[in-house]
Amino acid sequence: MSMEIIYGMPLFLIAALSVIVLLVDAFTGKNKAVAYYFSIISLLAVAVSAAISLNTNIPKSGFDTTITGNNITFGGYAAFFDIIFSLAGVMTIFASKPYMKREFKEYKEYYSLVMFAVAGMIMVSHANSMLMLFIGIELMSFSFYVLAGFIRTRITAVESSLKYFLLGSFASGFLVYGIAMIYGATGSMILPDILNKITTGNFDITYLKVGFALMLVGLAFKAAAFPFHQWAPDVYHGAPTVSTGFMSTAGKAAALIAFVIVAKSVLPVNISVESVTSGSLELSKFTDSARMVIAVISAITMLIGNISALVQKNVKRMLAYSSVAHAGYLLMGIVANNQDGWAGIMFYATAYLFMQIGSFVIVGIIEQNNERMNFDDYTGLRKNHPWIAALMAIFMFSLAGIPPFAGFPGKYMLFVAAVESGYTWLTIIAVISSVISMYFYIGLVLTMYFKDNENGLIITDISSAKIPLAISFVFVFLLGILPGSLIDLAKSLF
Amino acid sequence: MTLSVVLFAVLSILAIASALVTITSKHPIRSAMGLVFHFFMLAGLYLTLSAQFIAALQVLVYAGAIMVLVIFVIMLLNLGDEEKLKYKVNPRQVIGIFLGAALLVMLGTIYVTNVSVAGFNKEIAANIGTAQFLGNELYTKYIFPVEAIGILLTAAIVGAIVLAKRKLN
Repeated sequence: MSMEIIYGMPLFLIAALSVIVLLVDAFTGKNKAVAYYFSIISLLAVAVSAAISLNTNIPKSGFDTTITGNNITFGGYAAFFDIIFSLAGVMTIFASKPYMKREFKEYKEYYSLVMFAVAGMIMVSHANSMLMLFIGIELMSFSFYVLAGFIRTRITAVESSLKYFLLGSFASGFLVYGIAMIYGATGSMILPDILNKITTGNFDITYLKVGFALMLVGLAFKAAAFPFHQWAPDVYHGAPTVSTGFMSTAGKAAALIAFVIVAKSVLPVNISVESVTSGSLELSKFTDSARMVIAVISAITMLIGNISALVQKNVKRMLAYSSVAHAGYLLMGIVANNQDGWAGIMFYATAYLFMQIGSFVIVGIIEQNNERMNFDDYTGLRKNHPWIAALMAIFMFSLAGIPPFAGFPGKYMLFVAAVESGYTWLTIIAVISSVISMYFYIGLVLTMYFKDNENGLIITDISSAKIPLAISFVFVFLLGILPGSLIDLAKSLF
Repeated sequence: MTLSVVLFAVLSILAIASALVTITSKHPIRSAMGLVFHFFMLAGLYLTLSAQFIAALQVLVYAGAIMVLVIFVIMLLNLGDEEKLKYKVNPRQVIGIFLGAALLVMLGTIYVTNVSVAGFNKEIAANIGTAQFLGNELYTKYIFPVEAIGILLTAAIVGAIVLAKRKLN
């Protein structure tokens, strides 16, 4: 009993604290600092408790208990993602205080909504049943709909919020329908049970196919993968920049971890040899074709994301399209459908989170009144703000996958995993689209460094946005030069 | 014929009759009243099928909350008798009729062929409908999802307030 409480601490803490922050907000009245610091400290506490449960020696695949009705898994990769998600929340809150003060008004609800979103993501990573998975995804999405439209005097933000809400609820419908079908096929919501029934041939293949197809639609929408990516550029462009940084990184990582959790139980890696019947033959056919479908989705997603990003004049929109492309890279790990692929997703999601939040924070401190986001506005940034320019250049190099920054080992892991599982053509497309992406990432760096502007832009207010920039820089750099420890950790957790 | 069969027959006839009233009457309030009556009859049907919990929910949610909403909308729009419109068959109606007929045929075949579902147990099925059983399941086996839904609803309410607060102060 007591051990379970330690393992489950990140989940229990975030669930309790995300509600308590509302009460803190209500009782502190006009004093905005209390809710601000309270949410930062709570997220850090969640990260620390997750780190403790990560370090304890527990079984690889997590830790199932009866008191939780097998709905939740503890430790392992879940604890790792807890740390990542709470760090993303902390960075977003630090960056949003000066941004919201300048662009709109500092409402304390912003902090509680970020906490709710983190709670949703943590539920997704801890999910051991389809039920918890769905509730977690919904909690995260609800918070995102509001975070996207938080600046409600700005018409683009309202548009992005409404668009996200309407399409997102439609996608949730697909997701829950797929879950119902898989329940119908296997008679269980608990993921290890589903895997067990599938490997022993105790299921209905037709319903499983339909269910997985529907879930694929829902999850591809949440991860912004082709052909369900059209919402992403509009929503990411219209939403407040700090929210975009949060949604397009932590949200994507949560959608991908949901993908991994589902794929792990519905697409079994090793179909048991002793029962080679027609049923298991059909199952392996289904697994192969499902992986092929995901491979095609992944290939088109990265090509479309990068090619659309090529023609953008607006940096925020360029980053939005490139985040679609990154969903494509991440999906390669699902295609590989083995330990290496999942570890690759874990590494690349972490690296991507830091570099993308970092670049969105810089876009956020440069932008003013929803203006100053074009490539032309970045000319001569080197002259007035050499540090900001250098950081932006580092994040761009990392996003393009140039060593020695974090993007490179992440991409390398995913590409190798895809090649080893026999999808060489997918890797070739991934490399080609990485080369395409060089053009606009390096293009921004060239604009900042080699185009001069007489009256270059002046950044007035950075204040606490320095902290997320520092965190991003440290991780992008560390993961780039010393990827080994995280790679080993990632491989040991799956 | 036992009492429950008689009750079932009476309730179903009344339910069908009130549904017909709902779709045929010209005045919206009369339609709405027909719908309320229909919901109550349905709740009665659930009771005869020993699903007390769903029966209670039917009365609370549909006959209570949803109907108040419907009547409020009718009141706010200030609807009177409906005017005669030119009747046109639109594709949606055709699809609707087709799907309805398909459902009828499907239910009919199940009744006629008397299929047996593997693992179906009448006593367990009757037990599932009780509030006691549901409460027991929800607060032991599914306690984590229930708590998580609580947080989900809190987040939704906070979000709605943030987006809809009238004054920007």
